[in-house]
Amino acid sequence: MTTMFTPDHEWINIEDHDAAVVGITLHAQEALGDVVFVELPAVGKTFKRGEIAGVVESVKAAADLFMPVGGEVVEVNEALRADPSLANTDPMGNGWFFKLRVSDMAEFEQLMDPPGYDALLKTL
Amino acid sequence: MSAEPLKTPLHAWHLEHGARMTPFAGYDMPVNYPGGIIAEHKQCRTAAALFDVSHMGQLRLAGDDAAAALETLMPVDVLGLAVGQQRYGFFTDASGGILDDLMITRAEHGLLLVVNAGRKADDTKHLVTNIGHRCQVQPMPEHALLALQGPLAATALGRLNAGVTRLVFMSGGAFKLDGIDAFVTRSGYTGEDGFEISVPADAAVALARALAAQPEVKPAGLGARDTLRLEAGLCLYGHDIDTRTSPIHAGLAWAIQKVRRPGGERAGRYPGAAAIEKQLVQGVTHKRVGLVGLERVPVREGAKLQDGRGHKLGTVTSGTIGPSIDKPIAMAYLSAEHALAQHEVWAEVRGTTVPMRVTPMPFVPHRYHRG
Repeated sequence: MTTMFTPDHEWINIEDHDAAVVGITLHAQEALGDVVFVELPAVGKTFKRGEIAGVVESVKAAADLFMPVGGEVVEVNEALRADPSLANTDPMGNGWFFKLRVSDMAEFEQLMDPPGYDALLKTL
Repeated sequence: MSAEPLKTPLHAWHLEHGARMTPFAGYDMPVNYPGGIIAEHKQCRTAAALFDVSHMGQLRLAGDDAAAALETLMPVDVLGLAVGQQRYGFFTDASGGILDDLMITRAEHGLLLVVNAGRKADDTKHLVTNIGHRCQVQPMPEHALLALQGPLAATALGRLNAGVTRLVFMSGGAFKLDGIDAFVTRSGYTGEDGFEISVPADAAVALARALAAQPEVKPAGLGARDTLRLEAGLCLYGHDIDTRTSPIHAGLAWAIQKVRRPGGERAGRYPGAAAIEKQLVQGVTHKRVGLVGLERVPVREGAKLQDGRGHKLGTVTSGTIGPSIDKPIAMAYLSAEHALAQHEVWAEVRGTTVPMRVTPMPFVPHRYHRG
């Protein structure tokens, strides 16, 4: 499995351990509505799992962006900063938030796999 | 709030149209439909949007003494309303704070009031307690309320009854719409031309279908209603106004007619008159203002405001990114000396500050049909 999910409706793709990609799920963007602003973490900053790494705001509300696993931010999506609606139109692709050098792969393994996340969505 | 939310007569119609529902003032209400808040907001600014506002309280005051009686509860000229004329007003408390804001229309058969959903139980009690001996206070829970708003609203509604196009802003009357008995006023909460339409609950779905079938019209939810009213500079009760704010703090002195002010024929004799009259003469220490963000960071309700040196100046009461103006906008209360156009203040957002500029409201010009 290269893409895993968090209970906070974020995804992380780990094809490249030194630049794992993090974004919000289709469900998250639907629940938020039109995204109008994102606050992205500083490149080079290290976070622990579960720490607040940024903010995603829709017309209605602001939501925290949590670190799915610990690691160092190596890149942020400047295209998303310029056009936050990418989080709505392509949340699993061009609407990614940041890339991360993962500190501990064990934390990644503890996340939900796609069937696990689908099962969570069915309970909502 | 009770566990089971109330439903408006259009509840199933909302679900049928794919609405995302949310609890609001005890009702299960649509936030938005599949197009999303921004699309619905722009629909209203460019064509016409249909809102279900049946959660709001509708009341009829019947009896010859109703207008004079209502004047004892608000600093508003109600007696001066001609049949068909509508006016904005507010119930005040003994200290001059605002208990609720409302619309008042004089119809042939009495005064029609539209009050906020979250205040209707208290408002009804307030009316019965204080003027129930002078007029009949008749809640109208058997009526739905639809709002059709936007520059093409008159075109769309005019197809159901051309007579409505002769109404001007803040007037109303009884009309048949596709055979449905309706009371229509040319008013709204978006800054656009438009109508609010009161109909019997059992006719609400038929009317919604007839309106949504017009090519100009798409449904819109409470999310767009909020961004539209904020761009239009209109207050939301419980956020921008409440019992801690008087009409003078809120910049609503325009709604107190001369006849109810000191020196006027029917001056005073409403709750809080002494406080409000003093504020009219001496001014107030803090005022409601509009703010436009100078950076693209939304500043929301509750954000603290400070001057360039970190001194506290006030608090934001509503805020979002306005979809039409495409900038952060907010309403706030500021110390009077800072409540001047072009003054810059700083909003605290997540441990940092973002600059905002005091800006006259509305943020987007009103486009009412004044005839």
